Amino acid sequence: MDKLFEVFDTDLDAIEIGAAILGTGGGGNPYIGKLRCRLQLQQGRRIKVIPIDELRDDALVVSLGGIGAPVVGVEKIEQGEECLRAVHALEDDLGCKVDALISSEIGGANSMEPMLTAAQAGIPVVDGDGMGRAFPEMQMCTWSIYGHRSTPSAMADEKGNIVIIKNTRNEVWVETLARANVVAMGAAAGIAMAPMKGSYVKKVAIRSTITQALSLGNSVLKAQRDNTDPIAAVLAHEDGRLLMTGKIIDLERHLKGGFAVGHIFIQGFGDFSGDKGQIDIQNEFLVFHRNNQVEICVPDLIVVLDVDTGLPITTEVLRYGQRIAVLALPCDDLLRTPEALKVVGPAAFGYPEVTFTPMPSSKNKEGKR
Amino acid sequence: MKEVKMYRIGIDVGGTNTDAVIMQGDKILAGVKSATTSDVMSGVVDSLKKVLAETGVKNSTVSAVMIGTTHFTNAVVERRSLSLTAAVRLCLPAAQCLPPMVDWPDDIKQAVGGHYWMADGGNEFDGREISSLNDIQLTKIADEIDALGIDTVALCSVFSPVNDSMEKEAMAIMKKRLPKANFTLSSEIGRLGILERENAAIMNASLRKLSSHTVGAFGKALKSVGLSCPYYVTQNDGTLMSAKFVQEYPVLTFASGPTNSMRGASFLTGEKNAIVIDVGGTSTDVGALVNGFPRPASTSVDVGGVRTNFRMPDVYSIALGGGTIINPEDPISIGPRSVGYRIHEDGLLFGGDILTATDVAVGLGIADIGDPEPAKKLGSERLQIIKSKIDEMIVNAAERMRVSSDRIPVLAVGGGSILIPDTVGDLPVVKPNYFAVANAVGAAIGQISGEVDRIFSLTSISREEALETARKEATKKAIAAGAKPDSIEILDQEDVPLAYLPGNATRIRLKVVGDLNG
Repeated sequence: MDKLFEVFDTDLDAIEIGAAILGTGGGGNPYIGKLRCRLQLQQGRRIKVIPIDELRDDALVVSLGGIGAPVVGVEKIEQGEECLRAVHALEDDLGCKVDALISSEIGGANSMEPMLTAAQAGIPVVDGDGMGRAFPEMQMCTWSIYGHRSTPSAMADEKGNIVIIKNTRNEVWVETLARANVVAMGAAAGIAMAPMKGSYVKKVAIRSTITQALSLGNSVLKAQRDNTDPIAAVLAHEDGRLLMTGKIIDLERHLKGGFAVGHIFIQGFGDFSGDKGQIDIQNEFLVFHRNNQVEICVPDLIVVLDVDTGLPITTEVLRYGQRIAVLALPCDDLLRTPEALKVVGPAAFGYPEVTFTPMPSSKNKEGKR
Repeated sequence: MKEVKMYRIGIDVGGTNTDAVIMQGDKILAGVKSATTSDVMSGVVDSLKKVLAETGVKNSTVSAVMIGTTHFTNAVVERRSLSLTAAVRLCLPAAQCLPPMVDWPDDIKQAVGGHYWMADGGNEFDGREISSLNDIQLTKIADEIDALGIDTVALCSVFSPVNDSMEKEAMAIMKKRLPKANFTLSSEIGRLGILERENAAIMNASLRKLSSHTVGAFGKALKSVGLSCPYYVTQNDGTLMSAKFVQEYPVLTFASGPTNSMRGASFLTGEKNAIVIDVGGTSTDVGALVNGFPRPASTSVDVGGVRTNFRMPDVYSIALGGGTIINPEDPISIGPRSVGYRIHEDGLLFGGDILTATDVAVGLGIADIGDPEPAKKLGSERLQIIKSKIDEMIVNAAERMRVSSDRIPVLAVGGGSILIPDTVGDLPVVKPNYFAVANAVGAAIGQISGEVDRIFSLTSISREEALETARKEATKKAIAAGAKPDSIEILDQEDVPLAYLPGNATRIRLKVVGDLNG
């Protein structure tokens, strides 16, 4: 186990930025999670990260995260051990001992929760996650897509309530029941899913995403320090493409089926002068149109950054007049298979007419696994 | 325009100068500058005497004095005159993983003592209780606070912007043991986002004693020049607080400086939608006016290293001012250092040996101050290169704050505004009279406001009904604060749907403003 590495206090600012960029506008703000990690480290706990290939094939790995409304998360902060109690509840229910934890989504707030819980439990957190970005629902994790049953799942709130979802007809039902539960629990809870074998995680997890968030964030911080272009740094790091620089000239948001949906309209400037951009939002940025033509869509990542600082702008703080850079970053190949596109492709988000055309990427090489 | 026989005085207490203007209705009769004094008050007395003498206005005909001050912001930034404060959060069992002041810099945490308690209480997003208030627990905490000799308390309950009753009840319980203490309730000053709201409440509490003292001294200053009218202090959004109110909520003055300058610029030019560029000695603040009010920043704003979620104006600052130092050998390297107020000794135009931005303007004949000859020696070509770079910095800053392709005007104010070219990009520039005292004018024209920020469930009422409820609540608050009922209008409204919450929950923020009574 000497291939493990540690996350230190000095890494947390970079992970916060990197995770927020990979959140593609959603996923919740990692700021509170960062403060919680920092406090854990100050209290002497350690965040140990295990590379995926170092997992034993028979290791038991639990995927976990916070679930709830981001706006509640900044007001009713966690008691602090919700996810830990959920993991213990799973262990009690199954009579097993969990060997490592893994993030369900690296994008946004759930980048921090598994690191925290791993530090509390004294076990490592896996360098990887189930999305490589943020998505609104749990069945959109790679392990669910490729056949893992998340039941039993355990949910814990700050009051000591624990609910076990013992069995469901399919993965969507886990999300549905968890959603109903989290509302009763006050719209914030921790959830831990049925353990996976190390061998399965090696096959289906999106790899090295803690490392990725850390070095992505560091590249932005370095560009800011050196007074070089942070947008260029993000593009270089992620093998991405600059879709547009422009100003938000209109913005509409409303609620549909419990999700924040809407559109932003962008007037290009600089090299994109004359272009009109549009981004469709469902919690995350989903589809980018240029001059009324779809150009990039989910599951590839659409990222909105402040044009000057390179810092990510989430959907809650979008406003009229912001000067933004819109970037496309390639998603992992695991999200581009026919099975995955059924769950996380444009049709799954209500765009049956849009065909996903993967953006070219040198990052996703054949035989990466 | 109706005839007004009464006069208003606006005062701006800045870091260097204390400015005063006297107005009759919409007319400015005079504007004066005095040096800010370390006790603040003698500078105020000085400028009041000057402005009254210059206009011959009788004391008895002054109906109100409006004061804009950075005094409280500076106290936080400099960590001085802050009281020891007890922070009490009502939240358990939630929210205990991050205690109050967790993300504060050490020096300010020490300045306010860093004492905190977490207790039962708090609400869920839908109004249910997280846990009930615990009388015995709160009494014990009050005794501990008393034993530490602390008499300033900040109370913050989870979801108090949605339901403030727990903060009020907890205060009533604790007051039995702490009858002389002053309490700040987070629900009265902040919005959703518990850490930021709690930070604001703690900072407010720690400023209460300074505030009592300062507001009392403002009163004495007025009295000493024979003014017996009421006086007000301006808050972040350019609206007014009564003297009594600012004693309780000093934290609401934090960003009043840039706000007053933008509102003053709007008034002086009659423009409601514009970019305002305020050029001082060392820096330039660029803001945007929307319907006559500064556009608020959308992200959290640090004050002295502490994160808050006040509605601060969205201001972009660049290191360019009248005193900015320019290297004549490397004309495009401008600033960020400045000679500041020492321009009268160090600037070439005043016989010094440092090339400043003002020298460049003077050397090119754009402004007529001091001696242009030393700057002219650099040659007009080089001066022009420098000026182009300065113009570019100003254009980029203005572009950043621009909200649409509409050709709205740029309003140039502040002592260094000679640096602003006649057009900024494709935007026309307006340089008003009294541009140097725009801040004091902004204070003099302050209005009264009322605000609501709450989550509404749209299951049994429509969005329009929810907005109407919010408007009525805000109007009631504005009238209670001294606004004329028939002058009240909506300044800003915003509704944000909340993901993952049932019953179409939506967060409505709404603010109304009205003219000051009397």
